[in-house]
Amino acid sequence: MSNSSLWWLIALLSLTAYGLKAFGFVLAGGRRMPPVLERCLGLIPAALLAALVAKDTLTLAQAVVVDARLAGVAVAGVAVWRRAPFIVVVLVAMVATALVRAVA
Amino acid sequence: MTDSEAGQPEPTAAEAVERRRVVSASVTLGAAVGVTALSFGLAAVSAGASVWQACVLSFFTFTGASQFSAMSVVGAGGSAVAAFGGAALLAVRNFVYGLAMAGRISVDDDGRRLSLGRRLVAAHFVIDETTAMTTTQVTPRLARTAFWVTALSLFITWNLGTLVGALAGSLLDTQALGFDAAFPAAFLAMLPPHLRTRQGRLAALTGAVVCVALTPFVPVGAAILVAVVGVLFGARP
Repeated sequence: MSNSSLWWLIALLSLTAYGLKAFGFVLAGGRRMPPVLERCLGLIPAALLAALVAKDTLTLAQAVVVDARLAGVAVAGVAVWRRAPFIVVVLVAMVATALVRAVA
Repeated sequence: MTDSEAGQPEPTAAEAVERRRVVSASVTLGAAVGVTALSFGLAAVSAGASVWQACVLSFFTFTGASQFSAMSVVGAGGSAVAAFGGAALLAVRNFVYGLAMAGRISVDDDGRRLSLGRRLVAAHFVIDETTAMTTTQVTPRLARTAFWVTALSLFITWNLGTLVGALAGSLLDTQALGFDAAFPAAFLAMLPPHLRTRQGRLAALTGAVVCVALTPFVPVGAAILVAVVGVLFGARP
């Protein structure tokens, strides 16, 4: 991505993120959404975060690839399961991935 | 609520103790988030952003999962549209939080409605952590304290952490050090609160499977947008 596209992305995302916050908090505040909509919107992070884990573990551009990252994420999974702090999860994933790369 | 001459009654000793507990919890949370910001700064730079771009993103977007998501798609070589789409979808939950938070934060300790300007400022801080801290307080006064202290503490540590992480990332050989594993690990660490319900687990499983299955057939980054179909598990109670 070019530098200017990246700046556009940053600007648009910042405006959108703030717009969503302000729309809920300042304009629509206190109202309730239909329960179906509320449940579905509540599931966005589950679906997207899991998709992002899968994408960043198993794909490179448009290819499905199994490589050292899988080992790193597996170790991170154990760390998450043991309720390790965020930075520990990230660090052990990086170290495990780098180690597998160094050995392979 | 009985009003004294100065509006609400002065806080009692018990309330003051509670207030100190809330402030201390909010500041501790800020410190933890600062460490997350370090990894965001590192990851953003390893994905191709400049130090300055990482910092501007943290200052104005100020919602972690969306920022990580956008940089993850950028790092994978996806288009700006794909990067924007996933990040914007993740930001929708702040809208939902806003609905719930408005009644708690839009008035001051004397029961007066905050000015539009102050509500517009407060809106920037309506995110996961402030919502969790605010909605778990037992009195409106404590809720407001929790919101503002958490907001201030997080805003400082999130931006400072991003700067330090991005500066460190710009000095290191990020590929050799396994930085590409930082993104999936970060997303994995954010996931557990969303897996408590059966619907959450089904949505997550669907999202992951759809994303990998579609990756060879759609532009880079677009698969995560389709993966959002997992939310349809919420259609039934």
